[in-house]
Amino acid sequence: MSDASINANETQTGEAGFGDYFALLKPRVMSLVVFTALVGLLAAPTPVHPIVGFAAILFIAVGGGASGALNMWWDADIDRIMKRTQGRPIPAGKITEGEAFGFGMTLAAMSVIMLALAANFVAAGLLAFTIFFYVVIYSMWLKRWTPQNIVIGGAAGAFPPMIGWAVATGGVSVESVLMFALIFMWTPPHFWALALFMKSDYEKAGVPMLTVTHGRRATRVYILIYTLLLAPLAIGAAFTGIGGPIYLAVAVALNAAFLKGAWDIWRRDEVQAEADNYKTEKKVFALSLFYLFGHFTAILIESILTPYGWGGWS
Amino acid sequence: MSFREPHELHKRRFGRNAGLGLVLGGFVVLVFGLTVVKVSQEEFGFPQDGQAQTSGNAE
Repeated sequence: MSDASINANETQTGEAGFGDYFALLKPRVMSLVVFTALVGLLAAPTPVHPIVGFAAILFIAVGGGASGALNMWWDADIDRIMKRTQGRPIPAGKITEGEAFGFGMTLAAMSVIMLALAANFVAAGLLAFTIFFYVVIYSMWLKRWTPQNIVIGGAAGAFPPMIGWAVATGGVSVESVLMFALIFMWTPPHFWALALFMKSDYEKAGVPMLTVTHGRRATRVYILIYTLLLAPLAIGAAFTGIGGPIYLAVAVALNAAFLKGAWDIWRRDEVQAEADNYKTEKKVFALSLFYLFGHFTAILIESILTPYGWGGWS
Repeated sequence: MSFREPHELHKRRFGRNAGLGLVLGGFVVLVFGLTVVKVSQEEFGFPQDGQAQTSGNAE
């Protein structure tokens, strides 16, 4: 990105509304962060005072939002090119790149410091690493370099339950790593199912997506491979401290449905997909959202029932 | 006496300032709540007299 291109594209307004700044935080991504972090916090064996828990989830959400703002600052040049992102506050000319950078950095620093004060240094350290991973490793490095960007970059979205768990316990354990792994392995098939039917203009923006670099056939194969790897991991979690009979039943049902969906995607070719307007791919994408929500809800139910002697295997 | 219709820009500016005010107010309440919880916890304790004097002498 040259200085000339910055000057040509940047719009100076300085009069953005409150909603424009809120949009910089990527509220939809933030909702996933809040939910999974909350489950991580509640599933932990150590109780947390409600006010401390509320503050911790809020600071984790703010940290996630800060990384969203910094991502929009860095990607402003390609956001201007792609139709899907042209309405974001920077390309729309509502907020300048400098404002977004300052806003993101301030919120990132504040969220990490406040999480350290409200909870502990392990949780704060994990939050700081998550922001660093999303902004530097994913946005600045991987996204424009490799078609595996979404695989490795997916780790950033997988950290919140681990941070929630660390807020309660002050550490990392097998259960929190499993929750991390669940989101990490779920991200690629979820995103690639979307990439198959979303005719995005990543190519024009110079972002190497798997559908462009390796083709749609390879993407279908990758979806099936990742879903096959995800299933034993998701079901295996049932036999750890966060699992139980309810989680097991939910995991078996959801993984069977997700595997069937991935199998259907693998069997199809582009001609069939075009003929029914990517019906299967759209169905599997919607199912993938329900899949993650279902697993984490089951973990939540198990943890809520545990004090009454109904959760887990005891 | 007539009042001028506020410009759209002023409305936006007011919305931003009101939003920021609410966020800052909420932040103050949250920090106050956290402080109450932290000082109410069993492990919280003030420094012993001896420690306070030692640090005072060091100055």
